[in-house]
Amino acid sequence: MTTTTASSAKEINQILGKIWNGVRRIPPVFPIFLLIFIILGFLNPKGYQTMNGIMTFFRPAAPLAVLAIGEMLVLAMGGFDLSIGAIVTMVVLASSKLLANDPEKALPAILIMIGIGILIGLINGLVVSFLKVPSFITTLGMMLLVRGATLYYIGGAPQGYLTDNWRQFGRNYIQDVPFFVKIPYALIVLLVLGLIFYILFHRTNYGKQVLAIGDNMRAAQLSGVRVKLIRVVTHILCSVLAVLGGILVGGYGGVNVTIGEGMEMQAIAACVIGGVLLGGGKGNVINVAFGAFTLQAIVNLLNQLGLPKPYTDVIQGSIIIFVVAYSALSSQRKR
Amino acid sequence: MTDKQEIIQEESNVKPLLEVRCITKKFPGVQALDDVSLQFYSGEVHAVVGENGAGKSTLMKILAGAYTPDSGDILLDGVKVSFSHPSEAQHKGISIIYQEFNLLPERTVAYNIFLGREPTKAGVIDIRKMNRDAKEVLKEIGIDKIISPTAVVSSLSVAEQQLVEIAKAISFKSQVLIMDEPTAALTYTEVNLLDNLIKRLKTRGMAIIFISHRLIEVFAIAEKITVLKDGKLVGTVMTKDVNPEQLVQMMVGRELDHYFPPLGQPEDFGEVVLSVRGASNQLIHDISFDLRKGEVLGVAGLQGSGRTELAQALFGVEPFKTGTLTINGKTSKFRQPYFAIKNRIGFVTEDRKSEGIFSRQPIRDNMLLTIRSIRNMFGLIHKDGTLRDRKIVPTLGNQLDIRTSSYDRDVQFLSGGNQQKVVLAKWLASNAKIFIFDEPTRGIDVESKASIHDMIRGLAKQGTAILMISSELPEVIGMSDRILVMADRTLMGELPAKASEEEIMLMATGHKKIGNSAETSAVGKE
Repeated sequence: MTTTTASSAKEINQILGKIWNGVRRIPPVFPIFLLIFIILGFLNPKGYQTMNGIMTFFRPAAPLAVLAIGEMLVLAMGGFDLSIGAIVTMVVLASSKLLANDPEKALPAILIMIGIGILIGLINGLVVSFLKVPSFITTLGMMLLVRGATLYYIGGAPQGYLTDNWRQFGRNYIQDVPFFVKIPYALIVLLVLGLIFYILFHRTNYGKQVLAIGDNMRAAQLSGVRVKLIRVVTHILCSVLAVLGGILVGGYGGVNVTIGEGMEMQAIAACVIGGVLLGGGKGNVINVAFGAFTLQAIVNLLNQLGLPKPYTDVIQGSIIIFVVAYSALSSQRKR
Repeated sequence: MTDKQEIIQEESNVKPLLEVRCITKKFPGVQALDDVSLQFYSGEVHAVVGENGAGKSTLMKILAGAYTPDSGDILLDGVKVSFSHPSEAQHKGISIIYQEFNLLPERTVAYNIFLGREPTKAGVIDIRKMNRDAKEVLKEIGIDKIISPTAVVSSLSVAEQQLVEIAKAISFKSQVLIMDEPTAALTYTEVNLLDNLIKRLKTRGMAIIFISHRLIEVFAIAEKITVLKDGKLVGTVMTKDVNPEQLVQMMVGRELDHYFPPLGQPEDFGEVVLSVRGASNQLIHDISFDLRKGEVLGVAGLQGSGRTELAQALFGVEPFKTGTLTINGKTSKFRQPYFAIKNRIGFVTEDRKSEGIFSRQPIRDNMLLTIRSIRNMFGLIHKDGTLRDRKIVPTLGNQLDIRTSSYDRDVQFLSGGNQQKVVLAKWLASNAKIFIFDEPTRGIDVESKASIHDMIRGLAKQGTAILMISSELPEVIGMSDRILVMADRTLMGELPAKASEEEIMLMATGHKKIGNSAETSAVGKE
């Protein structure tokens, strides 16, 4: 009898050890998100403790997550893409002119935007791969180029409106859903894209090659990775996700010339919170999506506390520096 | 082992300059040092040898203040010391020279020697005084004739840079000088230069500790040799009391009954699978040779003769611009390694860190990259292999004896030898039929060397064609069924198996071109 209790005590210890090991492996983004969300819940129970409120939260958070997933691909490859904020602006402003208040033109407008997104990514990728311009510089230039071209196209000021059918993806909810009460279309879009890109990044040859390039480009090339091709494809995917994110942003935001401003930095911040290593070699789609949620929750928290927008910029900048420093320090300690 | 300890006891009437007692250091998953105690005396050259992962570098880094030991004491002149930073150790008189230099390449010698403590006048660096002082230091160790204080470091040879590092250590009034593989990058004459300097430093009463893989050198320079294995002290011996075989035995813990597997027999060799005719690119020229199935074709040549460039040309890194490359009877042009791998060529590169491993990726993803990169880009993967063959990772892991708790661990946490195995696994996974090895055993311990040699021969026996580049002549001679010799960025000729070192060296220095009347023109080029 005693032996059985002893062995069962040992078993319990083992199980506890396993659980603890599992707990230690949980990426920090999840507890951080939970913590901030709980704080928000205390401050505003109606907004963050009801399903209705939570779903409202996800409407602006989902587009950010879409942008962040695209950015993650480029970051994991050891690059940067600073042009995605300008792409968001372009999508909103150019679509509104293209639509000319005609709902019939919603689909063509979206397809044109995706086409332009592919073109922007292609140019980014080709310049980075063949002209050997660092992606940071290339996409910074592309940011200015896209922004300037957009303003030129619309003639300096926003024109027209976005039609309701164009805006529905980022704006509307599926109503009367049991348990969830309502689900924003944006969240559905995110789930679909998230699944596609989860498989693409974690379960295909492509994703593993992206990580290999980000880890050691020379070794990747010598292992048969077609570095130039992969880089071009990755920049295209990032730009296309920026277009899709832009469509979602346009759904809840107004048509103005600064709508996408700073979104590239938000996306990078979301990635960093989600554990992506700047410099390449590490990344996880789910963690990055939660990184975006966390960032959105932080922004909402600051709003809740009554802090104006400039404060959120300051906080966002501080987060990037702090989290990058933290991950650099902890990887040093491991060595 | 007892007689060796007695020797040390005899000397214990002299106080050691530097002593470590019961040093222990643990890294995640590895006991790097386990209860190591050692004494270093002034005026003595003390070599520390051992296989990769034996704990040599860890011990040196602890002495130099780069690591803190988990337990144990360091005594300098009989006084307990502890360093929280390498600069503390340096100021107390312990200097370390790493394999990779810490010099600023675009600064002068004087700047480098006095970096961070430049003499100043009115707040500005007093360059004249600095150059004068540097000259003094260089003179002190008798190299002022060779190196000028105003020379820019990048213009110096590797050996000269090493001397500058030593001069820098001297300028700190170091009593203890630690050298980590000081001769790894040096040529033969440069090694002599260093040897002379070490002898001079010894007479000044310095304690010199050095790590080396080259046993010949250890025997030439050191009075005392300490052997470490798996973080434990095997023993310390006087150099005069042992021979290399005994030392190797201490290092590996077993008799070294063979260095090289038997060469291939004529019946092992099959048809020509790779053939190059009159091929050139911007780096090498006029390359013609055949590689047959089942043979190991050695490539010898001095540094800069174009050996690695040959491999890179064959593999599509720097493709041939002219001439023909025929693989399995098919004329091929590889614009990049992707195409070479698709044609089942593997290239195990010389520089593991920068060209082989992906340090932040799991072991399994490292092993499978060559397979994945040539498959459909958007095709699905399996974590242990491909969807068809789901056992590649465990199979190769067992075959190569990769020691790890899990294949999910990042490669950066493996020892150097295990990392090398992961790189080999990556190429075995690619299922190549033609293998190019560039310096397959550089910087690897004796035991691993033998197992890699066995593996290479084993591949050849299975019908793989092997091109093996090596700068170690015994390796080339011991392994090759035929030997190609390169010099001056072209092939000088071919030698049969078991050619002598002299024959190879003669050709490698451009003295003879077999089957070619242009014997003297090659010399003229040099």
